[in-house]
Amino acid sequence: MKKIILGTLLALAPLSADIIVIQNATVMTEGPQGIFKGSVVVKDGKIAEIGEKVMVPAGAIIIEAGGQYLIPGIIDCHSHIAGSGGINEGSVSVSAMVNIRDIINPDDIAIYRALAGGVTTANILHGSANSIGGQTLPLKMRWGKSAQELIFAGATPGIKFALGENPKRSGNPQGGRGAATAPVARYPATRMGVEDVIREAFNDAKGYKADWDAYDAKVAKGEHPIPPRVDLKLQALREVLENKRYVHVHCYRADEILMMIRAAEDNGFKVRTFQHVLEGYKVAKEIAAHGAGASTFSDWWAYKIEAIDAIPFNAALMTKKGVLVSLNSDDAELMRHLNTEAGKAMKYGGMNETEALAMVTINPAKQLGIDKTVGSIEVGKDADLVLYDGFPMSDFAKVQKVWIDGTQYFDRDKEIAAQATKEAEKKKLLDKEKAAQKQQPTRRPNQ
Amino acid sequence: MAGPPSTVAIRNAKIVTVSGPVIAKGTVIVRNGLIEAVGENVTVPADAWVVDGEGMTVYPGLIDALSTVGIPGAAPAAAAAGGGGRGGRGNNAAPAQTAAPAAVATAPAERSWGPEDRPQTTSWLLAADELQAGDRRVETVRGSGITTAVTFPTRGIFAGQGSVIDLVSGEKAAEMVLVPAAGQYLSLGAGGRGGGGGGGGGGFPSSLMGIISYIRQLYLDAGHYKLVKDAYAKDPRGMQRPEYDRALEGLLASQRILLPANQLIEIDRMLRFGAELKQPMILYGAREAYRPEAVELLKKANATVLLSLRWPTPPARAAAADDEDTNESLRTLIERDQAPTAPAVLQKAGVKFALYSDGQDTPRDFQRAVKKAIDNGLSRDEALRALTLSPAEIYGIADRVGSIEKGKIANLVVTKGEIFDDRTTVVMVFVDGKKYTPAETAAPGGRGGAATDDPGQGGNQ
Repeated sequence: MKKIILGTLLALAPLSADIIVIQNATVMTEGPQGIFKGSVVVKDGKIAEIGEKVMVPAGAIIIEAGGQYLIPGIIDCHSHIAGSGGINEGSVSVSAMVNIRDIINPDDIAIYRALAGGVTTANILHGSANSIGGQTLPLKMRWGKSAQELIFAGATPGIKFALGENPKRSGNPQGGRGAATAPVARYPATRMGVEDVIREAFNDAKGYKADWDAYDAKVAKGEHPIPPRVDLKLQALREVLENKRYVHVHCYRADEILMMIRAAEDNGFKVRTFQHVLEGYKVAKEIAAHGAGASTFSDWWAYKIEAIDAIPFNAALMTKKGVLVSLNSDDAELMRHLNTEAGKAMKYGGMNETEALAMVTINPAKQLGIDKTVGSIEVGKDADLVLYDGFPMSDFAKVQKVWIDGTQYFDRDKEIAAQATKEAEKKKLLDKEKAAQKQQPTRRPNQ
Repeated sequence: MAGPPSTVAIRNAKIVTVSGPVIAKGTVIVRNGLIEAVGENVTVPADAWVVDGEGMTVYPGLIDALSTVGIPGAAPAAAAAGGGGRGGRGNNAAPAQTAAPAAVATAPAERSWGPEDRPQTTSWLLAADELQAGDRRVETVRGSGITTAVTFPTRGIFAGQGSVIDLVSGEKAAEMVLVPAAGQYLSLGAGGRGGGGGGGGGGFPSSLMGIISYIRQLYLDAGHYKLVKDAYAKDPRGMQRPEYDRALEGLLASQRILLPANQLIEIDRMLRFGAELKQPMILYGAREAYRPEAVELLKKANATVLLSLRWPTPPARAAAADDEDTNESLRTLIERDQAPTAPAVLQKAGVKFALYSDGQDTPRDFQRAVKKAIDNGLSRDEALRALTLSPAEIYGIADRVGSIEKGKIANLVVTKGEIFDDRTTVVMVFVDGKKYTPAETAAPGGRGGAATDDPGQGGNQ
């Protein structure tokens, strides 16, 4: 039985079927089955069976993938795509009240481009303009679906923190270009100040939590007190204290990483991931001991002074010291070839292909707490799959097909075939507009 | 002895009542500002001044469901947002170039450090209190046959409440007011790069998500404020008194909110947001309401929509040069092509909607904009309803305006030819029973301020 959903002109129609069999592929599972040549059976959006020989159900869609590679959908632990109206609320030192969830933009073409680069899940983060930024969440790259349908169901939400240059950059409340009026300096202006902002915020959050706990206790006793005021900013930090929200920390230098670990441990919460973490190799043991993950760049380096000590061996060295490491993009363009970013770890640091690919699949899945459903090709997991025409970490490999939850959202051949139709449609509309403009009388001068 | 006649009879005219069947040849009696009688066989009172309506048609006065007319400072000098499609941010936050009365300006432009500073909030304002009887736009707009406007303060995130006004030219602005509090106007485009206008001062909020979180916080605060105030009113002994907060008072006093939503994703976002806030809401803008997904969402939510008549236009650059290398997306082109079909689409789907001029003040621009909707599938009757009875129903004033019925306010348009046609002339307009004759060529009252807010899509960083 085939179900075909007709997409709009704009979205390439996602195809879903009850049963799909991808056969004769080299399957890099990133799970217990390692790498093998064989088939993957997808049923009801989940991986139903994998192996060299599988039972092919009647009526299944067969994808012949001889000579091709199948990998789990790529997961980007640090992305800023798919948001409307800015991803930095940089006007204040603590913007924990804002939430990426409110501004998901499913029309952002970067989603489709990421998809075409094999990305199926991305952790959409607030920017790094302030010490404590906004609330974040992972999305699935279900191009063509509505904002709510992109949300990774059941994933623990996060919050962005930032250390160092960006949050302390004084005199520019926007944390970047674009301030139209004379900017008013915003605290903090030093790394000491960044630490102070974080510690003070958690002092406030503890007080807030105490107020609510006291209220809840009274209610439990059958009393009817007036509840405390809901403060969206402190509410998000309370969730951090209650382990209901992951902390993702933008950082570079070893000293500030240690500072963050101390600040977190003093306040009784954990850093879930250090992001960028370019000097992580210097304090890898401490990061591992705290239990944080590290999401870094492959070899992006020296774009600012605090990134000067970056080395391309960072990922491999941190891994050797027991840190769970992923590679991220932080960038809509880089996001399209995270596969080759992973490949670089094979050159720098001597990782094998499974270890390297893990850094853009199962490792970020673990960091985001979504590894029960994604990150590897295992029976029972979501059928988020990418088919490459060659070894996936090669520069020459091209994504052929991408499935999310067993629904095909990208097909290279179909995309290429559809381009001419879209061009023709565009020309038709432009011609129509030009013809209409010629007909219309010119406007009166007083307008 | 001067003074306008208190009783007028328009006879032998075609009467389009909107609420009932068209009367091919009949009489309307106006007395003391109200419609005294309408019908085929109505006796003309002895004291009435008589207008011979032979060859003319009488319509109910048009209602502009979202306007800034009557508030001179509200009109930004810059052209309105809306032409640019994707990527265009609302310009309505631009500071007024005119010497606007200070009363309309929003909170002092001090830098805001968070929701507690109540940034860009003048929720306590009432348009009725800001009206200027001498606003030149009143006459210009009336030339289109618009007799009633729901006029709003539009600057800031919580701009204040709109008021329903009749477009009379008098000495006292208070004479214009039909309903002083018609709903709170919210905009989402006032933040962003550098804070925009409206006294943002470059502080919080500076992003769309900041604005949304601010609105959410303010409604949470309003709920808490009410709780505490009520408890204090019940028994103040032993309780610290709640601090008076005019921003929250403004929210609590508003019986409905107007939220901007042009694109499909904004319609989706705002329908959810309004439901979350538990406020009766009206969406305004609705440029992508033609899309089937949008219609479905609007229907499901049983939404009320104010549709902007400012249809998207090609950028000037493309029009000037025969630009083959236009980098506009297919989607933008489709939007421009399809946007004027939105009224017909909503009509067919049974979504409650009204049209609004969106700052297109001159009769020529207004007529042309309505005609475009008609050319794109909306029937003339439906267009008329979307500018008369439908907005009256939306604002709960259908018992006094919106149709030609006995007992309603005598707001009438008398035309030669069918309304909204190229060659039709508005012969006279009655507002509160007072007769006005449009100038031969409408006074260049200046482009009105577009009320549409475009939260913009260009914000990816």
